[in-house]
Formats: sequence, structure tokens, C-alpha cells
Amino acid sequence: MLGYLARRLAMTVPTLLLVAIGVFALVRLIPGDPVQVMLGDAADPAQAAQLRAQLGLDQPIPVQFMHWIAKLATGDFGHSITNNLAVLPLIIDRFQVSAVIVLVAVAAAASIAVPAGLVAAWRQNSLLDLSVVGGATLLLSIPSFWLGLLLLLLFGLKLKWLPVIGYVPFTENFWQAATFIVLPIVTLTMVEIGVLTRMARAASIEVLRLEYVTHARAKGVPEWRVLARHVLPNAFAPTWTLIGLVLGHLLGGIAVIETVFTLPGLGRLLVDSIFARDYPVVQGCLLFTAVIYVVVNLIVDLCYPLFDPRVTVA
Amino acid sequence: MRIRANTAIGGALMALLLGAALTGAFWTPFDPLRINLRARLQAPSSLHWLGTDEFGRDVLSRIMVGAGASVVIALVTVLLAVAAGMVVGCTAGYIRGWADRIIMAVNDALLAFPGILLALAVMIVVGTNKVGLILALGLAYIPSVVRVVRGTVLSIREKEYVEASRVIGNSEAYSMIRHVMPNAIAPVAVLATSMFGWVLLAESALSFLGLGVPPPAPTWGNMLAASRPFMETAAWLSIAPGLCIALTLLGINLLGDSLRDRLDPRMAHG
Amino acid sequence: MTLLSVENLRIEASASKAVVVEDISFAVDRGEFLAVVGESGSGKTAAARAVLGLLPPGLRKAGGRIVLDGVDLANVSARQMRALRGPVVGMVFQEPMVSLNPAISVGAQMAEGLGLHERLGKREIKRRCLDMLARVQIRDPERTFDAYPHEFSGGMRQRIMLASVMLLKPKLLIADEPTTALDTLTQREVLDLMVGLARDHGTSVMLITHNLGLVSRYAQRALVLRQGKMVETGTSQQILFSPREAYTKRLVEALPRRGATTKARQGGEPLVSVRGLKVGFAGRQRLFRRDTGVSAVNGVDLEIAAGETVAVVGGSGSGKTTLGRAMLRLIPTSGGEIRFRGRDVTATFDRDFRLASQLVFQDPYSSLDPRMRVGEIVAEPLRHVTNLATSERDRRVEAMLDEVGLAGLGKRWPHELSGGQRQRIAIARAIVRQPAFVVADEPVSALDMTIQAQVLKLLERLQAQYGFACLFISHDLAAVEQVADRVVVMQDGKIVERGLRDDVFDHPQHEYTKALLAAAPALDFAGAAAERASG
Repeated sequence: MLGYLARRLAMTVPTLLLVAIGVFALVRLIPGDPVQVMLGDAADPAQAAQLRAQLGLDQPIPVQFMHWIAKLATGDFGHSITNNLAVLPLIIDRFQVSAVIVLVAVAAAASIAVPAGLVAAWRQNSLLDLSVVGGATLLLSIPSFWLGLLLLLLFGLKLKWLPVIGYVPFTENFWQAATFIVLPIVTLTMVEIGVLTRMARAASIEVLRLEYVTHARAKGVPEWRVLARHVLPNAFAPTWTLIGLVLGHLLGGIAVIETVFTLPGLGRLLVDSIFARDYPVVQGCLLFTAVIYVVVNLIVDLCYPLFDPRVTVA
Repeated sequence: MRIRANTAIGGALMALLLGAALTGAFWTPFDPLRINLRARLQAPSSLHWLGTDEFGRDVLSRIMVGAGASVVIALVTVLLAVAAGMVVGCTAGYIRGWADRIIMAVNDALLAFPGILLALAVMIVVGTNKVGLILALGLAYIPSVVRVVRGTVLSIREKEYVEASRVIGNSEAYSMIRHVMPNAIAPVAVLATSMFGWVLLAESALSFLGLGVPPPAPTWGNMLAASRPFMETAAWLSIAPGLCIALTLLGINLLGDSLRDRLDPRMAHG
Repeated sequence: MTLLSVENLRIEASASKAVVVEDISFAVDRGEFLAVVGESGSGKTAAARAVLGLLPPGLRKAGGRIVLDGVDLANVSARQMRALRGPVVGMVFQEPMVSLNPAISVGAQMAEGLGLHERLGKREIKRRCLDMLARVQIRDPERTFDAYPHEFSGGMRQRIMLASVMLLKPKLLIADEPTTALDTLTQREVLDLMVGLARDHGTSVMLITHNLGLVSRYAQRALVLRQGKMVETGTSQQILFSPREAYTKRLVEALPRRGATTKARQGGEPLVSVRGLKVGFAGRQRLFRRDTGVSAVNGVDLEIAAGETVAVVGGSGSGKTTLGRAMLRLIPTSGGEIRFRGRDVTATFDRDFRLASQLVFQDPYSSLDPRMRVGEIVAEPLRHVTNLATSERDRRVEAMLDEVGLAGLGKRWPHELSGGQRQRIAIARAIVRQPAFVVADEPVSALDMTIQAQVLKLLERLQAQYGFACLFISHDLAAVEQVADRVVVMQDGKIVERGLRDDVFDHPQHEYTKALLAAAPALDFAGAAAERASG
């Protein structure tokens, strides 16, 4: 187990290194002098020189990179250019908002999608199956930001059940906080139900075709038990892998949802920083999201043997 | 039965999209860019079928032009990503060894970025315009193509009919072109279909964020973004472009399903 | 006393109403062994599944009566049917690799049936499972109980499967091609275990098979099916020795028999010879180390003269397939030398050798490029014949297709043809350039019995006509007996016995050869009679 963990961790090192190089190169690739770009045309030379030194841009590129990596390793992601705040605490603060929404949405989507896909596959080509597949395909086709707008229109503006704009941290007022994030969560849940249901159904169909399912039935095992004990665990494994990808996908696309619902999350921070040309924050956000993505997939892989004993951990 | 319904509905929706895009390229009911402040925020009527926006521009005309923009961007992006991905993926699957490992390491690192984030990163460098958008989205989706192509090539190379080609005395390169590539087309076609949908969605998401095609040129994404302040008073502004995106994606998803069913007979129904 | 009676059974495809099984009637007495014999498409599996009420999706019972243990299955609820499955009727499946659930431990899967049908304590259940595992000769029942299916070989899994079904002491055991996926030695062991267990519990057996050889050894009565219809039924003796129907006669005739005389052109210059050939597969490259490699072929000497057929026989893992591939230089060797017409071709690329040697594959479904037409496939080897006019090439392709009995099918796609036809295409592709040396790797084992016979005859005829040397790789001793001039027996990458065909078959020297011959399910008439008398 420890050996597997070590090997799997070692595999992430080159990935993270390449990600770091990419993010580092990004700012260098922007046409023109980054300092000029950041400060605008009206910058005075002294200020520019100071920023250049602060960013270490006056040194050779490899040295800059080593410095940057070394600072990253100590948790120093630099400081924002717009408000001089430390980047990492800022990111973590904003990330909490995004993480709650994404995690709850994926958990909710999976707990609806997996049973739905399973039952649809069990009654393949029935009316039930047709409506599940049709519904899932429909949900899959609705852009999250549009669905969000529609929900906001309905529950916020027409029915006035929920607030339209704003955010309160959970630490201040739990119930009030919940009213702000319930719509974003519902939106993401509905969108992801589409993807996950189709995956769960396809995986279940594959499994239902296999002889061990007939073997179970030939032993006199009742249908509910065939599904729960024999089909579900085997069909869940591929769906589980997809959940890791979905989490990352949601984190990447969270900016649009946060824009729709005006939430102070990580995605919004990234987009705002891009507009503000606040490159240390942009770099930090990109790097942070990639690391989270890698970590999530690492966890998903490490849990995989729980669902499939064929994948040995030894 | 379901295959036919899939193909029919999907085909009809895509035909509608292409029809709107083609017509929009040559003729629209009104000039999509002409500002007419006297006709601001008019509800759908017999004159303006889908109403007008905050500058009095005709929404239907803007939707038609936006359809063209979406189709061109998505099509070019997919072609770019598939072409580049095929070349890289086939190369990696063909030469194997160390070069393959390095290519795949870089590829996996790129895949460690969610696609839209990668596109965002590229957009920062190339700037927000149509070409930048195509380049960014194309680069963002190349890694997925590379992965699929390489996997397919590796699995086909192990097939007995490729071994048979070797036994005949054909060179590796000839076997690759004559036997491996034609059989790798099918999975790539399925991927390309889904990708058209992803790209369209990503493009409208970026435009929605203000990081795509800049206004006043209409795209469905930036129309949706511009509609937000008028959501309560002019709901049609939010509904029309979103509905267009949703219907297009639905069409693509249905077509993709029927394509997959045709290419993978085990998944066929009835 | 009748345990199962099936009357006028009719099974249709639910959508197209195509008939899968039509008007089949048979009965199984208590303690009786009935063989249901048929080739692919005969409906034998569908008929058996109907008894369990478990037809695959897309098929439905459209008529007829099934009475099992005095119960008419038309009148039972789903719940009552489930109560019958297990204690009254059990089933063993064909593919051991997919018939056990990979996510559930062996013990839990065995215990599941007991827990459902009998009121027993946990400890008692486990005790019974362990007893049964020991009964099917699993070495370490305690460890097996907690292990997962993927840790076992095909033969072991089939024993576990058998144990889990027999644990419930069913009155009827349906065995659907239970050993087809196993190699000869394991096949015999598993079948003998099954028969033993069934006798112990007084269980009747419905053995579904394509292999007439098994009928003679294991069944008292046999039922022959073809394309969903009953052809003939009777005692095994009668079906095998005095078949009435033309189709049954063809089936019996299709059983491979020893070819007339050995052609044996001994003493001629060897066409291909290998000395001390070794093939090792390197272990997988891990991050910091390399797994220990395995050697698949370990020092083999072999000579083949022009025009003769040398059969390589062995179980799975014996290295016979690797040897064939290495002799064609398709995989790298790690030692020894290969000579072709006296020239060393081990390390250097020899164009003559490449163009003069060919391979026929086992699986006709994966050896033909699905995106090429039949004519193109057969024409492809002629690319490398220099100075061949297009018209001449087309003529040769036509002639070749005619030769293998596929005249006029050049414009078809492979998927439009049957397995037998596909294998003919593969043979045509191998022969069209008139090679001197052909490796045939299990060329008929994926085909139906009657088709096997035709394809073997075709190979023999072509060999007589074109005079190529053939390395015939097979685990099927019956096929080998029919075509081989000489036989070599391989075990663990080494040749353990070699000789003229008749010598090896009649006077085997090595223990492994004896075991293989004893296990071969050939028409062992005398043995079968003796066994029936004692049973």
C-alpha cells in the first residue's frame, strides 16, 4: 500500500513540474513588457523598476524560475499587484466558497445519477430508460450559466424566494449563507446529473451483459440484490473515475457560475485578475487549480481499489 | 427505433443551426449592429420576432450572425485540434519508446488543466479576439485528441490483421497508413462530434465571461452576458441566446449518440 | 422418472419475431446425463436458458411447455421461479473469466446461494463452502474462500463455479460448454469432477456442447440440434455409431480421424531449421526496477522439410504460439539461430524469407482488416511480387478465391461472411503468393466442428497442390492427428517429445504426452462403454 502510494505520488511530480513551467512561462509569453502591461502606459520609470525588482524580472529566466519555485515551496505565491495582499491566503479564502459548491453539487449529482443510470440500464429500451436517457441528454445540453440565469429569474426575481445578489460566509450565518448558495448548487447538480447518468447507464449496461449477472440470477438471487450487490459495485468503478474528472471540470468552469450568482469564489478571482492584469494572482489561481485537480485525481485513483479488487494496491 | 429518433431530431437541429448560420452570413432581417435607441428593449413582435436589445438592435439578426460565429469557431477549432492531435497521437503511438513517454508526459500535464482553464490561460497570451479564441480552444482540446488517438493506435497495432500485414512483408509505415489509420478514424469521429459541442459551450462560456469575441460583434455568449442587467424587464434577451446554445448542444449530443451506436454495434438498440 | 420435460418449445427474438428455437421436445430423467449437441446458431444455449427462465434480453419464449420437477414453469411467479433456481436447477457457464463477479470474494459468492435458500448459521455456511472447495480439489480452501476470482486461472475458476453451483445440491445441472474455454488437460479434470459430483448427489446433467467427443465419454443420451430445430435424439451409442439423419452423419464424420498415410518426405534438405531457439519476454519496466522476465521458448531445435506438416502440441503457456511467431521472425529471439534454405536469417532481414513465409491466425474475426474488401485482402500480398500486371494480379486473386471456395465474393466485406468463410479468406491470403513455409496457429479451433473438417481438408488439399511446409500449432490433438506428418510436444517452453505422428500417438514416451492423449476428448468408444457400464 505504501509502495503504491509512493509510486502514485512520484507520478504526479513531472506533471506538477510541467504545470509550474507552463504557468511560469505564461507571463513571459505575454507580448510586450509585463511590467508595462501591468502598470499601464502612464507608469513612471522608478515605479516600473521597483515592480521589476519585486517580481525578479531583472534576473536571468532560469534563476527567476528557481526563485519562483523555491518561494512556491514555502507557500509564498507572491503578492497581488492591485491590493498587495498575499496571494495564497486570498486564493484559499476564495477557494472555500467554490469548494463547497462543487463538492455538494457533485455528491448530490452522483447520488441521483448512479441509481438512475442503474435502473435505466436494468430496463434498457423501456419507456423508463428512454425518459432517463432523454432527460439526461437534455440536462447535458443546457449550458450551466443559462440554467443559472433561468433559475435566478424564476426563484429570485419572479417568486422572490431567494436572494438574487450577494454572499454571506457560513461562519457568520449558516441559514442565510445557505440561501445564497442553494441555486448555484442546484444548477451545477442538474448539469452534472446529465453526464454522470449517461456514464452510469453505459457502465451498468456493460456489466448487465456479463455472465456473472446471469450466474447470480441462476442462483435465485432476487433482482434488487442482483442490482445492488452484483451490478452496482462493478458499474460504479468507471463512474468513480469520471467523478474525478467532473470535479476538475467544474472547478475549471466555476467562474461562469460564480459570475451568474455574483459569488466571491476562486473562478471569479481568476477572471477579475485577468481583467486587472494582476498576473501574480492569475498565476496563483492557475497553479492552485491544477494542483487541486491533480490531488483530486490522486485521491480518486487511491480509492479505486476499494471498488475493484482487481486493481492491486500491493 | 431510438437510433432513428436520435438521428432525425439531432439532424434537424443541426440543419436548423447551419441554415441560420448560412442565411445569417448573407442576409438578416435587420442590420445586427445598427443601434436604434428609439426601439430599445422591445418585446418580441411581428416586426422583431425575438425583440430588441438595450441598444435597439434586432435580436433575431444578432442570433443568426452569432450562429455563424459559433459554427465557424467550433468547426475550425475542432479541425485544428483533431488534425494536430492526430499527427501527435499517431506519432506517439507509432514510434513508442522514450519519445512517446515524453509526449505523453507533456500531454498528461496539459490534461491536468481543465480544458476551459487551459483555454483561459492561452487567451491571456494571445488576446481576446476570434483568432485567439480558436487558437486557445484548439490548444486546450488537442491533449484529449492525442490521448484517444494514441490509445486507439496502440490497441489497433496489436490486432492480428496488422500482424498479418507485417507477415505479408509490408513496412511498418505502410501498415500504419493502410491498416491502422483507417481503423482509428471511427473513435476520432465520435470524439470530434462531442468536441464540437464542448467547444461551442466553452466558446459561449468564455464570451459570457467577457473573455471571448469582444462586443459589438454578436455571439450567443456575449449576448447572454449583456442580458443580465435586463433579466427582469426583458427576459427574452436571456432566453433566446441560451435556448439556441441548448438546442445546438442537444442536436450535437443526439447526433453523437447515433454515431456512436452505429460505430459500436454492441451498444445498438433494438 | 422424469425430472425435466420440455415440449414443443419455441423461442423468438422479441423484436423481429425471428425464430431461434422451433418445436423442440426432450426429457431428462433423474440421475441421467443428456448431451445437447449443436454448432453455433443451433439454439442449444437459448433452449437451456429457457429452462432457467433466464433468456437473454431480446429473446422470449413464444410457445411450448416446460415441466421441471413436477412444476409447470408457465404457472410459477417470479418469486417461485427464484426458489427453483439454485436448489432445483443450477447452471455452469462457458466463460470462467466472466462468470464470477470480480468485486466479490469467492467465499461470499458461494455463500450467497446457501444464504438465500437454506436457513443456516454463518459458521455452518462457511464449513460447507470449505468442504465443497476441497471436494473440487482446490488446494487451499481457507485461502481461496477469502480470495477474489481474478487471482485464479480459468480452470480454477471453473472449479469454483462448479463448487458454488453444486453447493445447493441441484436436481438438474445445466452445463453450457463448461470446458470449451479451457485447455485439454484442464478440460478433462473439470469434467471428471463435474461427473463425480453429479453422481454423488444424484444430480441430472444437461451438458451443452459442440463437441461430439464429450458425448461418447460423458452422456447416456444425446439430442442433436441444428438452426433451432431438433435433428435427432437417441442414446449416445446410437447417435455416434448409427446416426440416422444426414446432419448427424456429417457431424460424426467431421470428427477428425487419422489421415491415410504419412507423406513423410524424410531426408530432404530442411527448409527451415532452428537450433537452440530462445525467446524471453523482458519484464515490465517499472519506475525504478524491471520485473523479472519470463522465457517463453527455452532452447528449441526443430527442422521442417519442404512439403511436410509438423504439428506443435501443448497446453496454454507451453510456448507453442511464441515458437511459431519467433520462427517467422515476428518477435525478437534472445538466443539460438533460425536458418532458411541453409541461410542464417536470425538477425538479418531476409527478403526472400519474409516473402516465402506466411501465417494463418486462430481468430478469423480479428485477423482480417474490417475496412478492406475480401478481394483487396487477398490481393495485398501480391504487392510485393515484382512485375505483376494488374490484370494478372486480379486473375490470380480470382483463381485463389475460387480455390478456397469463395468464387465471386471478392467485393464483399469481411463482416458479411461467416467464421468459416473468413478463415478461408485468411488461408487464401496466406497461400496466394505461393509461400514455401506456412505457420498455422490454431487455424480451426475457433470454428464449428463441420466447418473445422472442411477447413482442415482445404489446408491439406492446398498443401498437396502447392507443396508448402506447414508448422501446425494446436492444442487439439484430434486435428493434429488428422493433418500432421510429425509431432513435437511442448511443455514450459521446451520440446519434451518428438517423432512421427503414429509413433507419438500410439506409443507416447513422455508423461506429459500421455496425459494430453488421455485427456483428449476423441471418440474413445471402448473407454466410453466401460465407463458407462461402471456408472
